[in-house]
This record gives sequence, structure tokens and C-alpha cells, in this order.
Amino acid sequence: MAEKNQIPLVSVFIMGKEYKIPSGLTLMKAMEYAGYRYTRGAGCRAGFCGACATIYRLKNDYKLKSALACQTTVEDGMYLVQLPFTPANKKKYDMEKLNIAHNALLKEYPEIARCISCNSCTKVCPQELKVMDYVQASLRGDIEKAAILSFDCVQCGLCAFRCPAEITQYHVGQLARRLNGKFVAPKAIHTEDAVAKVNTGVTKKEISKLKSLNASEIKDLYKKRSIE
Amino acid sequence: MKLIKGYPESMRESIEKVEKTREKRLKEKYNQMSLEERDDVLNKFHPDYKPEVKRTLSIGASKGEIVPFEVADLIESYPLITEKDIDLSSIDYDVDLLIIGGGGAGTMAGIWATYEGIDPQNILMTTKLRHGDSNSIMAQGGIQAADKENDAPEIHYLDVIGGGHFANDPELVEALVSDGPAVIKWFEEKGVMFDKQKDGTMITIHGGGTSRKRMHSAKDYTGMELLRVIRDEFINLSIPAVEFSPAIEFLMDEKGQVAGAVLFNIETHQYYVVRAKATVMATGGFGRLHIQGFPTTNHYGATADGLAMAYRCGARLRDMDSVQYHPTGAAFPEQIVGLLITEKVRGLGAQPLNRDGKMFVHPLEPRDVESAAFIKECYGVGGGVETPTGMQGVWLDSPMINMIKGEGVTERELSAMYRMFKRFDINMVEDPILVFPTLHYQNGGVVIDANGATELKGLFAGGEVTGGVHGKNRLMGNSLLDYSVFGRRAGISAAKYAKKASIGKLSLSHVTKYSEDLKKAGAPETRKSPMILPEYRGKNVMSRAIDIF
Repeated sequence: MAEKNQIPLVSVFIMGKEYKIPSGLTLMKAMEYAGYRYTRGAGCRAGFCGACATIYRLKNDYKLKSALACQTTVEDGMYLVQLPFTPANKKKYDMEKLNIAHNALLKEYPEIARCISCNSCTKVCPQELKVMDYVQASLRGDIEKAAILSFDCVQCGLCAFRCPAEITQYHVGQLARRLNGKFVAPKAIHTEDAVAKVNTGVTKKEISKLKSLNASEIKDLYKKRSIE
Repeated sequence: MKLIKGYPESMRESIEKVEKTREKRLKEKYNQMSLEERDDVLNKFHPDYKPEVKRTLSIGASKGEIVPFEVADLIESYPLITEKDIDLSSIDYDVDLLIIGGGGAGTMAGIWATYEGIDPQNILMTTKLRHGDSNSIMAQGGIQAADKENDAPEIHYLDVIGGGHFANDPELVEALVSDGPAVIKWFEEKGVMFDKQKDGTMITIHGGGTSRKRMHSAKDYTGMELLRVIRDEFINLSIPAVEFSPAIEFLMDEKGQVAGAVLFNIETHQYYVVRAKATVMATGGFGRLHIQGFPTTNHYGATADGLAMAYRCGARLRDMDSVQYHPTGAAFPEQIVGLLITEKVRGLGAQPLNRDGKMFVHPLEPRDVESAAFIKECYGVGGGVETPTGMQGVWLDSPMINMIKGEGVTERELSAMYRMFKRFDINMVEDPILVFPTLHYQNGGVVIDANGATELKGLFAGGEVTGGVHGKNRLMGNSLLDYSVFGRRAGISAAKYAKKASIGKLSLSHVTKYSEDLKKAGAPETRKSPMILPEYRGKNVMSRAIDIF
């Protein structure tokens, strides 16, 4: 087992201020090691919630990079800042009143027509999604493609910050997915059938039989149950 | 340290053994344990079955109940505020319905209270972090519901009860399984993108302890997909939400009703007084208490604040002695230790293996049994794989998935897992991944009835903060269903209650009373709760921090 004092330290510049951090920590744990206590900027700590969008540069590299702080390891000479919030207007809509006409997404988010195909959104996405492609699909009215391409979006907001056309891509993707799930994807007939069956009252009857069993009877039934 | 495709040489040697046995294992089946065998491995190796890690509660409605030390310390703690600190004569928010918690259960409660006829402007949701920052959004594998032809809610019922060691509240289990199909249909209508075949049939698989393939999924982002949709719906309904303002104490009136809460803005440190005709508690579970020092899959705010607050009001707890350790937390690399590796990885065919590449347990036992078997393999019989930091783990043979299900299945259906390991240079399609049990779920909680009502007037609850639904062990896919069913029921019940309720004079006297009882019981005065957020700042920094600014 490696001794603590053997772990080499790296220099990390948190908002410009240098801290010596044990190598191997994630950006999030590095911030905490340095003494920061998160209120904003930390959520699930596992790559699912998008709270910890971070931008950084490395020494001697002109490129602006992006990451989720909880999923990225510190590097020597990193300059980083986290984005605590994305100002972005989400449209309010009633799903029952929407449709999947070719301009369905354009109607709610007309600014997608301003896309200049610069691909900045795709380059910044920490999930490595083809963001520009789903914006273009949205523009063409290809809801299914927009939904599939945007599916892994954690809504961190980095794309919306980088977009010179001021599009809030992740809100567009959200609507595309809901339209796709509701109107494009085929309905599950068996789910409807199952709901109808529960509503006949047969479920209540069957479960009340189970509830009336004593402890050993129910254990027995459990042991004997058939497994698909 | 030199890494070869993400792994050090020491671990590579064991991977070679895994590769050698793979062809043979693809054809092999491993038998499930009998109930007696399950009991044996649980008693010897499950962390929950050690008596020395728990103590009895010495005061309150569940006095005498046995709970883990960490839970006992949280509950037997003094409040952060006293009556003197808070001016209850000035009300900041006067609402019909207060919802505490912005995860799945809270979001569902708000939506369904609105459907039930409460004006959204008379609802307030308050949440510690952002709306959606919760365990709900992190759930990966799926949601159970008996909606296939060869299945029925009564079959689901039996799985839930057996998985929970027959300790569940039957009325709650009935509600859970009976509402299942309608929950899936509702999600579908709201636009959730479930995994489906071309004809619309849901693609469903097994979870640990299920007798039918009823795990519905949206890749391995099921929790995220559900939460994104219901949060979008919640916002569309214009229900007000106040973020970064956790509740720190319930308010009560002289009739003994819960009547709102005191909120604390964690950015400005201002408090707010909320008067509410009904309150829904959807504060989630306790992963961040790190029971027995385990790492956790839980989100940053999972500190069981609701348990501590409700207990001061007189709420009863149940099954708090039982903690769920998910068998497959990441054990390597160090950066992601404890994070969830979805049960779907095993559901799709990956086998757990020891250092020699041998199977030692059926891949899909109920979670507590599977966890105990992993711990036995590592610490009972010395079959674990050691990482460079000295941690033990067992392999999960993920390359089997594409071999069984076809090329591209892992990348498509487990895109979150694939991406997470890729970030650390491990390709789970080519190499197995190392896992060890991690603290995952609070099985027990506040007592509720099938309508989501607690035993306290005016207080309703749903989701992980409650107990009884899952008995002593929750099955995979039943937590998303739990929040959907009981978040909804709590929202509807609270709405009905709010229409008739009248609130008297607001008071925090129950907090004072609780402090006096604690003092009598000799609880050390340094203990304070709710915790709000765990403390992860560096020790060096904290030892030289001064509180002058």
C-alpha cells in the first residue's frame, strides 16, 4: 500500500490561485482538498447530474477544455473554473397540445435557425455528444434523430455558454426527446393491457389472497415460484 | 505507476486468468442459493449483520429500535436552531402545500397535487441543492413493473416480499406493485424514451431476485431520463421551487399538526418561515452518512435530514437497522471508488469472478446476498483482487455482454458505464471491471400508510425517506417505482388534506422538548443535526481554519 507522503503533488490553479494537490484526485476532490466546501457545483458526484461543469486550460496549450469535475483527474498546471449556473430560458409547453410537424422544435425554440454550424457545442460537450448534429436535426424536423443524439445529455449547460448563436441546446434536446417518446416511438400495447387488467379488480383479489397467508405459507410460495 | 490500458501489471495477471476461463463460462450456469444458504452467508459476511455496529435509540417514538451508530448519532442530536433564533410572526411563504426535496418523489408529489386541483402558485418546493440533484437522477438500471403477458402484480408482490425478507408492510407492497403498470403508461405518455422493440414492446430484463423479466430501462440512464421528463413537466406546470434552501426544522401548531418548515438558504445563511396546510417530506436517504465507513453511490446531499427532523415531531421509524450495500460499486480506479456499476451489467450477462477467473456466486441473487458473497470471496476465502491502494474487489466480466448479446450492445445500452471507464482509459468491452459492495440505499425510514400519510397530521412522505415498502432489502428497479407510486400518492393525499386543513399558531416547541429529552438521556451537546452536507474538506486546511469572517 502506497504511503500518503509518497503521492506526488501537482500544481492546480483554482480560479488562478495555486494549490498543491495529490495527483490522482478528481477535480472535485482536489477543490475539497484545497479547502473549498461545495454548495453549488456538486450534485451527484458520479457523472449524471451535470452540476459540476468545469472549464480549464493546461500549461502551454491554447485550447479551452471542458470536463465534469467529478469525472476528471487533475493534471499538473491546470487552470480551472467551475460554472455554478447556466442562465437559460426553458420554454413552457403543454405536451398534449404539441405535435411532430416538421417545425415543432423550431416553433418553441426559433433560435435554432441561428446555428452557424461552428461545432463549438460539440467540441465543448463533456459527454462527447454530437450536439451540433442534433441541433441541425432539430432544425430539419428530424425529431427522432435529435432525441437519440441528445439522449446522454446531463444538461450541464456548457454548450449554451459556448454557442455564438445563443441557442440553449440542452433545452431543445429535452423537448425533442419528449416529443419522440410520446409521439414517434411505438406505443407499448402490453402496458395498456396490464393497466386494464389491474383495473378489472383481479389484482386486488389475487393480492388479498397472498396477504391472508401466514408467514410459513408465503415463504413456501416464494421458494416454489417459477423463474423466467 | 505504469498502466496497461488502464490496469497495472499486477491486475493484468488476474485478467489473463479471467480471459482463459471465459469460453467455458459462457456455457456454464451457476445455481442460486437456497434460503438457508442465503441466511448463512448473510449472517457471516453482510456488514449489516454485525451487532457491534449498532445501538438502540434511547428516546423518541422508536425508542428501543436498533439502528447503525451513524443513524443513532444523527437522530440523537441537538437541533441547529432554538425557538429564540426564529421569528415565527413573520411568514415568508404561506402556501397550501410545502414539498421538501427536489428528487423524484418530491417532483411527482408536486405534479400530482396540481392535477388534484391545488393551484401551483400555492405550492412551494424547496430543495437543498438544485431541483433534480438526488439519488433518483443517478439510478441507472431500470424500473420494475409487471406489465408483460407472463407477469402480474401479484407475482411482483411475491418477489418484493421475499427479497425484503418477509418484513415489508403488505399494504405498501400492494400499492407499489398494483400501480406499476399505470406508472409506466403515464411515463410513456409524458414522453419518456423507454428501450423498446420495433413494435413498441418494452425491452425488459431480470434484476437480482426477480422471477420475471420486468426491468424497464432507458439505456443505463433510466433515472436521469425519468427525472428529466418529470422535472420538465413540473416546470411546465409553473410550480415554484426554491433551490439551495433545505428545510432544517418542521413547524407544528398547537393541534399537533405539522404546519410547514424553517428553511435555510445555504448561500446567504438567511432563514425563511414557510407556513403550509400540508407538507410532503421527500428528503431521500442516508448514503452520505457513510455507515461503517463505506463509500457510497449516493448524491452529495443524501444526509437523511428528513429522518432527524421528523423524529423530533414524533414520527416513528421502521427497518432502520437494515442498510443496502450495492454489490457492484467501482473498486478501481481510485477516482471512482464506490460509484455505482448498474446491476444491468449483470442483467445483460456479465459474471462476477474471483482472482482466478472462477465463478463463486450466481450473478443475480438479491442485493444483500450478492454483496455478502463478494465480501466472503475477498475477506473470507482470499479470492479477491488487490488494487494498488490495497483495496480488494472481484471482477465483473463485462466483455461477456457483447459476446452474448451482440456487438455494440455494451456501448449502446450501458453508455454511461462505458463512458465512465473510458474516461479512465479502461475499455469494459475488452477488459473486465473491478467491483466491491458500496453503500447504496436506506431500506427503512419513516412509517407511512398506503396513501403516503405519516402518522403525524399534516405530514406526508414518499421515496427513500420512508420505510416498509422494501422490508429489509430493496430489489433493483423498485426505488424508481417507489418514488413514482408514493410520491404521487403523497402528493394527492396532501392535496386533499390541504383543502380541509386549518393551521393554528406556529411553533417550534417540539424542538425544545426534544432537546430537553436528549439532555436527560445524556446525549453529548456537540452533536447537531440535520447535517445538510457532508464535510469533505482537506484535513490540513481544516486544522488551520479560523472562524473570524
